[in-house]
Amino acid sequence: MHELAITQGIIAAAVPEAKRHGAKKILEIRLRIGEYSGVFPEYIQEYFNIASKGTLAEGAKLVIEKVPIVIRCNKCNFEGEIPRRKIQCPECGGLDIKLISGREYFVDSLEVE
Amino acid sequence: MEIKIVKQILEWNEDVSNEVKATLSENSICLINVMGSPGAGKTSLITDIINRLRKTYRIGVIEGDIAGAIDAEKIDKMGIPVVQLQTDGACHIEAMSIRHMLSFFNLDEIDVLIVENIGNLVCPAEFNIGEDFRVAILSIPEGDDKVEKYPLMFETSEALVMNKYDMLPYFEFDDGRVEKNVKDLNKDAKVFRVSTKTGEGAEDFVGWLSDKIAAKIKE
Repeated sequence: MHELAITQGIIAAAVPEAKRHGAKKILEIRLRIGEYSGVFPEYIQEYFNIASKGTLAEGAKLVIEKVPIVIRCNKCNFEGEIPRRKIQCPECGGLDIKLISGREYFVDSLEVE
Repeated sequence: MEIKIVKQILEWNEDVSNEVKATLSENSICLINVMGSPGAGKTSLITDIINRLRKTYRIGVIEGDIAGAIDAEKIDKMGIPVVQLQTDGACHIEAMSIRHMLSFFNLDEIDVLIVENIGNLVCPAEFNIGEDFRVAILSIPEGDDKVEKYPLMFETSEALVMNKYDMLPYFEFDDGRVEKNVKDLNKDAKVFRVSTKTGEGAEDFVGWLSDKIAAKIKE
């Protein structure tokens, strides 16, 4: 049921923007989801198809861009991608790190007509 | 035509979560979000917290369940203000529900509000509900691979309670592995080995909890 909350969130973010631009229909919704932000529901498109019925977003395709986790180590200055399972510097093992990307969880853009 | 929007998907939940946080801070109330699987011992841990801290703090409880009011009845019998939140099938609690539930409590008469989230290791972790901090419970029979399989809940919790620790001899459960995996995700996480049945380890955990609560309500 969690998927429903997320799809409703997507619709709530997209539809008012599309209306504001005078769009008649939303063709595509592009999402950016960081790998750090948790499990992304696999069946989101199916839920979306149901939740978007009767809105400007009906029939739109969801395009998900996954954003890798990138950190900078404050100790050895390593900068790069790390796996989700181990949140630490892969070079020196340091834990004093800054997250550069990976927390994204948003609607990035829309394709409308 | 392309429209650039950049909007958080769960933005409304974050907004309401911040609103709940502000209301609780005005009233000097500490909100604790307790999460774990069905059967991990969330209700038992909460009754243990109540028994040990009810002389120090005025405690209220919000019991989240998909259906029924079994847990709320248990807490009610202890003479503690409790509200049952039924999610009607939803797998998690959202901030909106907590905002609504606050109206059932007299906020002047509460120091600590404990929310027992829906028994589930996945979804509740993605929704902030205005909590000051989270406590995750993992019981020995569930297996020592859960932190690796469901990282978000453990990563965002300030403490992990390994419950039913008295059952360690009967299961293939490496508690060192669990502790290491938790610390890899969150280096500041506290790990407690507890049995709510025998009382083992509970004092340590509740002592830590009490200090956290004191720090918040004195603010």
